[in-house]
Amino acid sequence: LSRDTLDEETWEEIEDTLLLADVGVDPTTELVDTLRERVRVLGTKEPDQLRALLREELIKLVDPTMERELSVTAAPGRPAVVLVVGVNGTGKTTTVGKLARVLVAEDKDVVLGAADTFRAAAADQLQTWGERVGVPTVRSDKEGADPASVAHDAVRAGIDGESDVVLIDTAGRLQNKVGLMDQLGKVKRVAERALDGGTIDEVLLVLDATTGQNGMQQAKVFSEVVDISGIVLTKLDGTAKGGIVVAVQRALGVPVKLIGLGEGPDDLAPFTAEEFVDALLD
Amino acid sequence: MFNSLSDRLTTTFKNLRGKGRLSEADVDATIREIRRALLDADVALPVVRGFTGKVRERALSAEVSAALNPAQQIVKIVNDQLVEVLGGETRRLQFAKNPPTVIMLAGLQGAGKTTLAGKLGKYLAAEGHTPLLVASDLQRPNAVTQLQVVGERAGVPVYAPEPGNGIGDPIAVAEGGVRHAVEKQHDIVIVDTAGRLGIDEELMQQAADIRNAVTPDEVLFVIDAMIGQDAVRTAEAFADGVGFTGVVLSKLDGDARGGAALSVAEVTGKPVMFASTGENLGDFEPFHPDRMASRILDM
Ligand SMILES: Nc1nc2c(ncn2[C@@H]2O[C@H](COP(=O)(O)OP(=O)(O)OP(=O)(O)O)[C@@H](O)[C@H]2O)c(=O)[nH]1
Ligand SMILES: Nc1nc2c(ncn2[C@@H]2O[C@H](COP(=O)(O)OP(=O)(O)OP(=O)(O)O)[C@@H](O)[C@H]2O)c(=O)[nH]1
Ligand SMILES: [K+]
Ligand SMILES: [Mg+2]
Ligand SMILES: [Mg+2]
Repeated sequence: LSRDTLDEETWEEIEDTLLLADVGVDPTTELVDTLRERVRVLGTKEPDQLRALLREELIKLVDPTMERELSVTAAPGRPAVVLVVGVNGTGKTTTVGKLARVLVAEDKDVVLGAADTFRAAAADQLQTWGERVGVPTVRSDKEGADPASVAHDAVRAGIDGESDVVLIDTAGRLQNKVGLMDQLGKVKRVAERALDGGTIDEVLLVLDATTGQNGMQQAKVFSEVVDISGIVLTKLDGTAKGGIVVAVQRALGVPVKLIGLGEGPDDLAPFTAEEFVDALLD
Repeated sequence: MFNSLSDRLTTTFKNLRGKGRLSEADVDATIREIRRALLDADVALPVVRGFTGKVRERALSAEVSAALNPAQQIVKIVNDQLVEVLGGETRRLQFAKNPPTVIMLAGLQGAGKTTLAGKLGKYLAAEGHTPLLVASDLQRPNAVTQLQVVGERAGVPVYAPEPGNGIGDPIAVAEGGVRHAVEKQHDIVIVDTAGRLGIDEELMQQAADIRNAVTPDEVLFVIDAMIGQDAVRTAEAFADGVGFTGVVLSKLDGDARGGAALSVAEVTGKPVMFASTGENLGDFEPFHPDRMASRILDM
């Protein structure tokens, strides 16, 4: 079934692939325009060549040169501190558990901070993860306790115990809830107070790969409130492709650093542009 | 209402010369704007195609040509069509002739099932029922504890004979829950299940086994309003794998446009019955197709 010209059907397939992956209308249109231009210049005639060009352009857009290493190296006298944020149910608590597992495997001393004091049994869930991977959890036994003070306590515990990394889990919140977003800003500021002028090393936004175009709004608002430094794209083990991160990375310059591939402790992996694009085009 | 789409269509129609029938080109431009609005709202591509096809037919018809303001007329057509797909009227819960009524919850991870169990429990108790929540998610760390806390907050008892975190058989728990309800004269049983992916065959089979064990009167598919294009595949996978009788759209208190409602209603033909609109147990209401249509169209 070989075609020697690029008919409209071929172009439509390309566009469909991108739209169905949640890449979004504008980025898709731009990509297709870029491709049309390249095809004209190169005189491309085979659909397979077009697909190779698409892969190339997408990888360029996702940008393999972005720094995706986590900042989790302790400074003298203080641990590295990671704050994990995002809307409800994206996989924050699970990601904290998995990340602790990775760090423990690198021989790091890790402390978890349960700054979700709101959702039913959120601290229990985090603590179960802590026990699973063999690290302590700082929590409040009071339901509805001040999340900022729990975050502060966790950082203190990390300093006092000479730990390498403190991972702070926060409650899920929708980005349009102003009160809850203010509270998150406070969690960050109060946690930093324990660092004597130091700052939090890594603020990770957890985005669910099934999320559509609203992912951009999530990233923008969380970025404004807590200045995110990296994205974790979870639930990539499903059929969703997570294409919204293409536009998010570009708009905010914040790289996807990790991906979630399941519910188990080992289901966390580094993000690579090539693998992401290949899965997207698959 | 419909500011953005209608603004855009008005702009599109500005270039129209004179009155009379819309040309093919006018309609093409219109359809492009509608397509774009729907895709921006996360309506799934195949659903957008079918939908714009129907709108196109009507746009070429006399009702539009005769209209004083073709842009408004087309927006109205789009809106009506949306409401139609979303279901004209809200369906109510089906209760069993011989209680207990069994309601099973199913959906992707993190969709809002456990919270919904509490919301339904609270709502039904307020209506004079005596619901029982059943903890059949024995997988997610502390899913059982979470349901117990939710039950306490809702003032509704929870049947949780197994600790979970990997221990216990969710099918046996579901069955035990129904038996327990019969003994204690609960007239409604709400079974919370673990989140699962559409492509996870093993867990889909487990969901089907739970369903076969308790023969629910309602299987509610809970779906996050923020979901994108994957809504179709996921809804189809749950429709095939477990079969559901109704849909609950969660996290509608966010600012996602919620095009998934349209996708799911269109591909499964099942009604969206409830909207979940917050983390608190009172944040729960019947689904309104007309409000959802404006939400999808508004930007
Ligand atoms: N398939 C899959 N499921 C995941 C992944 N990450 C998390 N989950 C599941 O998603 C659900 C929600 O995960 P949580 O870690 O509780 O999410 P959260 O963001 O902490 O949720 P809230 O604190 O309630 O906002 C759970 O059932 C997890 O097991 C992933 O990468 N793949
Ligand atoms: N804002 C908002 N949050 C919600 C809503 N429904 C549920 N949530 C939150 O979403 C997160 C996930 O809800 P759960 O009820 O645990 O979801 P689940 O489907 O049981 O998750 P798993 O059991 O892990 O698959 C929690 O943080 C809930 O508080 C809603 O309508 N609005
Ligand atoms: K995937
Ligand atoms: Mg959590
Ligand atoms: Mg649950």
